[in-house]
Amino acid sequence: MKRCFLIIDMQAKIQTLQEAIATHLFDGATVAMEGFTHLIPFAAGHEIIRQGFKNLELVRMTPDMIYDQLIGAGCVRKLRFSWGGNPGVGSLYRLREAIEKGYPQPLEVDEHSHAAMAAAYAAGASGMPCAIFKGYYGADLEKVNPSIKTLACPFTGERLVAVPAIRPDVTIIHAQKASKKGDVSLEGIVGVQKEAVLAAKAAIVTVEEIVDELQPSSPNAVILPSWTVSAVVHVPGGAKPSYAHGYYSRDNKAYMDWEAISKDRERFNEWLQELKSTDYAV
Amino acid sequence: MQYNSTELMTVVASRILKNSDVCFVGIGLPSAACNLARLTHAPDITLIYESGTIQTKPDVLPLSIGDGELCETALTTVSVPEMFSYWLQGGRITVGFLGGAQIDKFGNINTTVVGDYHKPKVRLPGGGGAPEIAAFCHTIYVIMKQSPRAFVEKVDFITSFGHGDGPGQRKAMGLNTSGPSKIITDLCIMETEEATGEFIVTSIHPGVARETIQENTGWKIRFAEEVAITDVPELEELEALRLLNEKTKMAHQG
Repeated sequence: MKRCFLIIDMQAKIQTLQEAIATHLFDGATVAMEGFTHLIPFAAGHEIIRQGFKNLELVRMTPDMIYDQLIGAGCVRKLRFSWGGNPGVGSLYRLREAIEKGYPQPLEVDEHSHAAMAAAYAAGASGMPCAIFKGYYGADLEKVNPSIKTLACPFTGERLVAVPAIRPDVTIIHAQKASKKGDVSLEGIVGVQKEAVLAAKAAIVTVEEIVDELQPSSPNAVILPSWTVSAVVHVPGGAKPSYAHGYYSRDNKAYMDWEAISKDRERFNEWLQELKSTDYAV
Repeated sequence: MQYNSTELMTVVASRILKNSDVCFVGIGLPSAACNLARLTHAPDITLIYESGTIQTKPDVLPLSIGDGELCETALTTVSVPEMFSYWLQGGRITVGFLGGAQIDKFGNINTTVVGDYHKPKVRLPGGGGAPEIAAFCHTIYVIMKQSPRAFVEKVDFITSFGHGDGPGQRKAMGLNTSGPSKIITDLCIMETEEATGEFIVTSIHPGVARETIQENTGWKIRFAEEVAITDVPELEELEALRLLNEKTKMAHQG
């Protein structure tokens, strides 16, 4: 009997990409899709575009190509971020056009530094209402973003900074492996994914491989136990054109090619139509 | 041997790095300069990228701050919260490199917006790690091409703090780090003048006229009493840099 329940539980956890996105996303949700250059959950982002969610409040340290696409597709109302460029290439033009011209819709920004975002995720995972750290010395961001506050250390009087914790409705990450039970392991540049998952109310993890048993390379590998994750989805290649350490490398050419697509509304719209007309194929 | 201005800037920046330095490396010219130093005079220099890779020795230059190459050749890779809290905020990094769209004579840097923040003419990528790199690295070197649009009297937005509008401001905020101490441009090297907190020219690259430096600076530039002529890149340095760039180009074209 017990065994049977376990199987039912397992089946509920492992979903298709369409199911996982449809189950956990909703219009207006606060969504964090993390992966610091590495393991960016592109396939999941594309599925959000296909399902047409609106007015999302996206959170991500580096919006990268993935949020440029979601913003250009008209899914996003607000962005909390810390560095909005195409790494090593230049601008994210869909992001820029949303901020500079309100196209395809105005984008509210809640801008921070990397240190603040990283601390805010850790605070979210720790059940803290805010993150406290040292930063923003003489920086103008503090003057234009009301969610950056200073306080005095209660022990030394030293100036400290507080920013609200990040508590996403849904965090989505991509990882290398999950077990059939739904335990997840990731390695390489691990970014803020562990914090982002543990800070969220629900977490979707797309993975390269589902294996019978996880065999972590070390007792200190980054592991997210199944009970911290809402859905595991088998999506090989789901981080392309970013990369999955041990599986495939970063498609730097795709990032360079994105420049021309992102820069031109028409070319972007062609890209968008193409995306909407194709399903993710496993 | 002929060289272009980007090569000159990269070589000059690499020379100021020491074998004992622990560098927080940014993408682009800083990454080229740091790795050139490692391949020439500073084989044991510690390079750290904000993606969490510590003591990395990439064979090709990364296009992004988190290319797999960085992790594969690193001594260890830590999470991003750990990188910013223990390693950067903890004061473990000796040198940080910054660049930007605008810099002023006190080394304040703008990488956020041109124009008003809420109605920007041009929205730039933003600060990323820069505000805290500027605060916590023991010293900061800046690499930027010189032009009157980039070297301005007053930046539109202070993304990362240099010396504010004069000396002593960093200390008053509780910062014990030196802040920006050198700017390497395609025309010259500028260094902070202690008494004023202002950047003044201390070395001029070969063949560059003082007038050219002034024409490409948006404030009234001053020159040190004794101005050096920058040593030209040596054959060995240029060869190492070109090989690195060639390998990088091949790798990125896939």
